[in-house]
Amino acid sequence: MTPEIGHFALALALALAIIQSILPFLGAARNDPVWMKSAVWTALAQVIFIGIAFAALMTAFVTSDFTVVNVVENSHSLKPLLFKISGTWGSHEGSLLLWVLILAVFGALVALLGANIAEGTKARTLSVQAWISVGFLSFLLFTSNPFDRVFPPPLDGQDLNPLLQDVGLAMHPPLLYLGYVGFSIVFSFAVAALIEGRVDAAWARWVRPWTLAAWVFLTAGIALGSWWAYYELGWGGWWFWDPVENVSFMPWLMGTALLHSAIVTEKRGAFKSWTILLAILTFSLSLLGTFIVRSGLLTSVHAFAVDPERGLYILGLLALSIGGSFALYAWRAPKMEAGGLFRPVSREGGLLVNNLILASATGVVLLGTLYPLFYEALTGGEKLSVGPPFFNAAFIPIMLPLVFVMGLGPFLSWKRADLGSVMARLKLAGILAIAFGLILWYVLRGGPMLGYLSMILAAWLFFATLREWALRVRLFDEPFSTAMRRARNQPRAALGMTIAHAGLAIAIFGFVGSSVWKAEQIEFVTPGTEISIAGFDVTFTGVEQVRGPNYQADRGILSVQRDGAAVTTLFPERRYYPVAQSTTTESAIRSTLAGDLYASIAQPSAKEASAQGAWTLRILYEPLVNLIWIGAALLILGGAVSLTDRRLRVGAPRQKVLATLPVAGE
Amino acid sequence: MTRLIAASPFIFALVVGAFFLWGLNPDRDPNAIPSVLISQPAPAFELAPVAGLDTPGLVQADLKGNAGPVIVNVFASWCVPCRAEHSVLTSLVEEGGQTLFGINYKDKPEDAVRWLNELGNPYARIGSDLSGRAGIEWGISGVPETFIVGADGTVLYRYVGPVVGDEAVTIFRTALQEANALVKETEL
Repeated sequence: MTPEIGHFALALALALAIIQSILPFLGAARNDPVWMKSAVWTALAQVIFIGIAFAALMTAFVTSDFTVVNVVENSHSLKPLLFKISGTWGSHEGSLLLWVLILAVFGALVALLGANIAEGTKARTLSVQAWISVGFLSFLLFTSNPFDRVFPPPLDGQDLNPLLQDVGLAMHPPLLYLGYVGFSIVFSFAVAALIEGRVDAAWARWVRPWTLAAWVFLTAGIALGSWWAYYELGWGGWWFWDPVENVSFMPWLMGTALLHSAIVTEKRGAFKSWTILLAILTFSLSLLGTFIVRSGLLTSVHAFAVDPERGLYILGLLALSIGGSFALYAWRAPKMEAGGLFRPVSREGGLLVNNLILASATGVVLLGTLYPLFYEALTGGEKLSVGPPFFNAAFIPIMLPLVFVMGLGPFLSWKRADLGSVMARLKLAGILAIAFGLILWYVLRGGPMLGYLSMILAAWLFFATLREWALRVRLFDEPFSTAMRRARNQPRAALGMTIAHAGLAIAIFGFVGSSVWKAEQIEFVTPGTEISIAGFDVTFTGVEQVRGPNYQADRGILSVQRDGAAVTTLFPERRYYPVAQSTTTESAIRSTLAGDLYASIAQPSAKEASAQGAWTLRILYEPLVNLIWIGAALLILGGAVSLTDRRLRVGAPRQKVLATLPVAGE
Repeated sequence: MTRLIAASPFIFALVVGAFFLWGLNPDRDPNAIPSVLISQPAPAFELAPVAGLDTPGLVQADLKGNAGPVIVNVFASWCVPCRAEHSVLTSLVEEGGQTLFGINYKDKPEDAVRWLNELGNPYARIGSDLSGRAGIEWGISGVPETFIVGADGTVLYRYVGPVVGDEAVTIFRTALQEANALVKETEL
């Protein structure tokens, strides 16, 4: 019964979405307040019905209702409860249901919190949001119904892929989708603005919190996915330039650009059509990600079961939404008047450089990701793959100048800045960064020049960011207590920037340290074998058999010593899940701020090797790798702090005034 | 000019979309791995017979100078799909008149002998690849894999996975026909 309720609720939600996609839109055109208001109620009702459908599917998973095909294929009665719940979004159908749920949640949030948005804009925005909703709800209902039944019901399910049975990964898709789909609101705002033909400071102010919120979630989702790959896959890396990683990274790069260009549009009235284009591009790239993961277009470890028919349906949706919005852009954007003149050396100029670099970097990632497809199509079937060497060679040199400009940017004033005085204030940061590089070189004496250059630039960004904060709160010019009071009272947006920029600098230390100065050894080991790596002496003691709730494991025992003193014992595991018939690697990690000692074992492949009790042991030392997660946490914190800024807060007194004066330009 | 710039995202999306449409062709399999061996001479390898079996071993030279193309099948007793594939291969030999050579991959000789005694031995020659060295030379990605090698010792075709089920058998028979290897039309 419950699955039928869910199915029925989905159908009702589709009907509501169809109403919401037409009525408020016509209302805005006819200036009919009742028709426009209907958007609020349909948006709220829609989220309730999709919520019911989602709860119904989750109930089926939690109660192990094996009359539902989706549950049979992705769950098992012996699975821990947490993974039964996360199994709800573990399949193509379930994850798509989560996708439309989040889409509806964002629509409802705009309906609820958007009291300060002009009625016409709000009605149009919610209508555009409903167009997306109609597309994806019909896709879900007509090609990927998660509530399909099976008869006769099997005794038990086929289990979720054990690799995915992990707390980090259980949370990864929801966060990622909150990011991806969060940009849908920004997209809807952009399309509504194009239809209205008006982009002003108020519009930019409405868009910014949604961009920020989506960006925070996307950052968290990507970081969590990367963290999961690092400790679960047992390959000892945190980023593989896999097509699916790339398609989540591209909206992030574009969203970051959008975050910055929206500031210019808000404060200076410039970059209007560019901001609109970025808003469309960011969500388009999110849609592209959804498409690539589900169509089997490219080969990837992440891809869902391939179904060309579904691929064709999503391509149709993409053509309508992306093609339609770009066509609208081509038609309306040239009419938008340019605003806010500025000199090349200015805050605007700095943010323009930021945008150009981020857009180029996105282009590089897009090209690298789709190149195998282009190549195959143009050569008539020849295959090739584009791997990390291309991305590292093309992406890093583009991003390094960005890191340099990032240190500079916050010092520049609007309209025109005096580069000389900015440089004078940054002298200390520059000296500190170069000194840091020299010390690093003195200590390590090895590694490529690019590694040192990246480290120096990261240090530069870190010191420059701190310097800017110190200047802003007048840390060295006024008594400490006054400075601290200023620090507490400064705008949250500025504080958020400081935290996020410093976070990126810290993350770069981690990126560079763990990729350039990584040490790795792979060896055949028998009990008693000793391996030395990065100053550690690791002794392989043997392997024992252990039993988990739904798996059996071979657990390797490694005692780790440093300079003769015992440091720790590592227990890497090789787990076998009998129900799913698959094996996973559980690496063992000794984690410190200085670096991770990372071990994983694998069954010896040849039978003769197993007779001698030999195992394949992989040991890695990744310096500074934890700074990546700390840096990512700071990026997220910075975004969240910025989101609490007075100007963006809902219902703040200043915004009440704005609601009555929607065209209050600056 | 402004119009053209504003229209460029649309044009770009159109081009990319056309590629996507092409890429969704159901016959296209992004995971299919072409073998680099195709149209190349079979790799150099030398395999002793399986101990306890009368069937002779297999070396590179055996693949040259046959009357027609031959089938080289990589199998193992521990490989469950091989068991299903065995009857297909047997009928290709017994009813289709094919010559079938085997590479017994990383298998204990006594297991292989027991397996062949149970299911029958359609192989004219079997090389015992205990170390998996020949498997590396042939570039196999798993067991079973089946190759068609021309009379001149050139690798003509590679099939990854078991030749089991109507679709797979049809594909493999077509490949045999193209290699002019099908001596007699047979029902499989």
